[in-house]
Amino acid sequence: MEYTKSKVLALVFLRMAIGWHFFYEGMVKVFNPLWTSKAYLLDSGGFMKDFFIGLAHNSTFLPISDSLNAWGLSLIGFSLIVGLFSRYAAIAGMALLGLYYLSHPAFPGITYLFPSDGSYFIINKTLVEIFALYVIFTFPTDHLIGLERFWKKNIKQ
Amino acid sequence: MEKEYQTVMSQENKKEKKGISRRDMIAGLASIPVLGAIGYGLFLQHKDKINRTSGLLKNVKPIIPQGIPPLVDGPEIRIGIVGCGGRGEYLLKALGFVNPQRIDEWTERSKSDKYWQEYLTEYLGQENMNVKVTAICDIFEKNAKHAIATGANLYRNGTEGKLDAMPERFLTYQELVASPKVDAIIIATPDHLHVPVVLEAAKYGKHVYCEKPLSWTVEETFEVRKVVKDTGIVFQLGHQGRQTESYQVARSLIQQDVIGKISLIEVCTNRNDPNGAWVYDIDPEANENTIDWKQFIGPAPWHDFSLERFFRWRCWWDYSTGLSGDLFTHEFDAINQILDLGIPHSAMASGGIYFYKDGRTVPDVLNMAFEYPKRDLTLLYSATLSSEKNRGKAIMGHDAWLELDETLTVNLDPRSTRYKAEIESGILEPHKPIFSYVPGQDKIDAITTPTEKYFAGRGLLYTYRDGKAVDTTHLHLREWLNCIRLNNGTQPSCDIDQSFEEAITAHMGTISYHEGRRVNWDDVNEVIY
Repeated sequence: MEYTKSKVLALVFLRMAIGWHFFYEGMVKVFNPLWTSKAYLLDSGGFMKDFFIGLAHNSTFLPISDSLNAWGLSLIGFSLIVGLFSRYAAIAGMALLGLYYLSHPAFPGITYLFPSDGSYFIINKTLVEIFALYVIFTFPTDHLIGLERFWKKNIKQ
Repeated sequence: MEKEYQTVMSQENKKEKKGISRRDMIAGLASIPVLGAIGYGLFLQHKDKINRTSGLLKNVKPIIPQGIPPLVDGPEIRIGIVGCGGRGEYLLKALGFVNPQRIDEWTERSKSDKYWQEYLTEYLGQENMNVKVTAICDIFEKNAKHAIATGANLYRNGTEGKLDAMPERFLTYQELVASPKVDAIIIATPDHLHVPVVLEAAKYGKHVYCEKPLSWTVEETFEVRKVVKDTGIVFQLGHQGRQTESYQVARSLIQQDVIGKISLIEVCTNRNDPNGAWVYDIDPEANENTIDWKQFIGPAPWHDFSLERFFRWRCWWDYSTGLSGDLFTHEFDAINQILDLGIPHSAMASGGIYFYKDGRTVPDVLNMAFEYPKRDLTLLYSATLSSEKNRGKAIMGHDAWLELDETLTVNLDPRSTRYKAEIESGILEPHKPIFSYVPGQDKIDAITTPTEKYFAGRGLLYTYRDGKAVDTTHLHLREWLNCIRLNNGTQPSCDIDQSFEEAITAHMGTISYHEGRRVNWDDVNEVIY
């Protein structure tokens, strides 16, 4: 694809919006010592329900999962915003969102304690964000608008 | 239009040779200001939280119970249990004794069900209380046989495993209590037999854990208080709610005047299933030959043998204390431990048998109002056995109201005097929780996230606190055993004085219901009139 200005802008806006979403969500968790993913995990549904509930009950893995979540979200968000290694960030983000989706799939017949903000069948906002990250991965823009622009330069020089 | 743009890539190629240009700087750093915006958002969020936290928490130091109290060292205590039905079995389980067949069932279920796997692991891990069940008494053959195997299962094995010595079965509670093999008695009989067994136990200096309510009649309430005090036995009434963390936190908050002057307290019972309405199953093995009917009747008026009356005894005044003694007492004891209310000045009750027209004599809907003029407050109780609409406990103060369950929430009153300045300056938002406590968390959060509130409201966090649900009955028994071992006159939290207040209050409600009038308490002469 040829990167025209409008295409670059569209891609960078998408990258930054997802970055913003991840970074804010992550940092709020980092700054809240009481936050834990336990409640969310206990509310899991679908075919991997047992796995996630087991994770919630595991006192060794739960704090690890909590830290990975909070810092993972923050770092992925940071990377997408500043435009450095955002292809890797996109992969990590897709993996993380994939786990969220698997714990709360939008399948008929599964109800969650959290009321849904809309009506979904298979495709929900988590899945849409995964596909959006796939776009970010496929059409990187870090070298155009982002810190990677300096990085690349330095390597070449 | 597309052609008018030079591709960005070709621009890049042209400028690559010149090093880092101004354009590079702008494009490379273009997104950095976004971090500033997010940082500002985080700052606002944090400031908001600090504001709300500081509004109330500044001067309030809630007392939060920490963990499980350790067992007091001492000799093994030999337990005799009178009444081995459903509740008796539960109490034995809380002590660490489960029927081997039950262990087999749990093991079988745990093979395919994670819940049972954890349940079994947790149960097997429950601390050994250094007690032995040496004697049992039940007037239904099947229950007695079942309890013998339960009491012998010191090692918590299945049917294939090793058992300890079988407890001795006694046909009457008098014989059990007199046995030199018994140090302490657990009573889980129907209501009308509580006091007779306590009196007999006290006569022999045996310590007693008695299921609630304390008594079946007013007269015996006075008698049992006197005897327990005179003999100095360690006495605990089975209100395991004494061990509920949130009640202890609530007490400490109210003592620090967090909710202001209290004028009204509302407590409720909301049940809607036959089991909750005491329509229990009738065992097919039960008949006149397997039940000692005469002993069952005890001090109650004579009635011909009736399986219904035996298994569903809670439905008849002849053996039961109805909603007031059976369920209101739980609510009363919760409130009494928080506020030291004591016996009310007066009681007014109304209700009826409105849903379960099955021959019962006790009402299935009951409303009672207890007045405490010296405390300037009313305690309201409202119960139905045919609707599960959840109405929790609410303690209503002028500055805030406290909602109580396993969790605790303090809601700000918009017309509060104490918090007026904070409300006006926007630090505190009226109608929103300003305080919440979820058992298992070691902190009180001033304003919880919607997630926490949602889960707390559903009791989910409680069930899984620290990945381990603590059984309040286990804690309540442990407290009793600790007092016995201390052997220095220390009485447990629900001692005979607390029990006396519980029983008299419940009886006042019942008398008012029967007589359709306001019933009063003369606290100087200790007379109901």
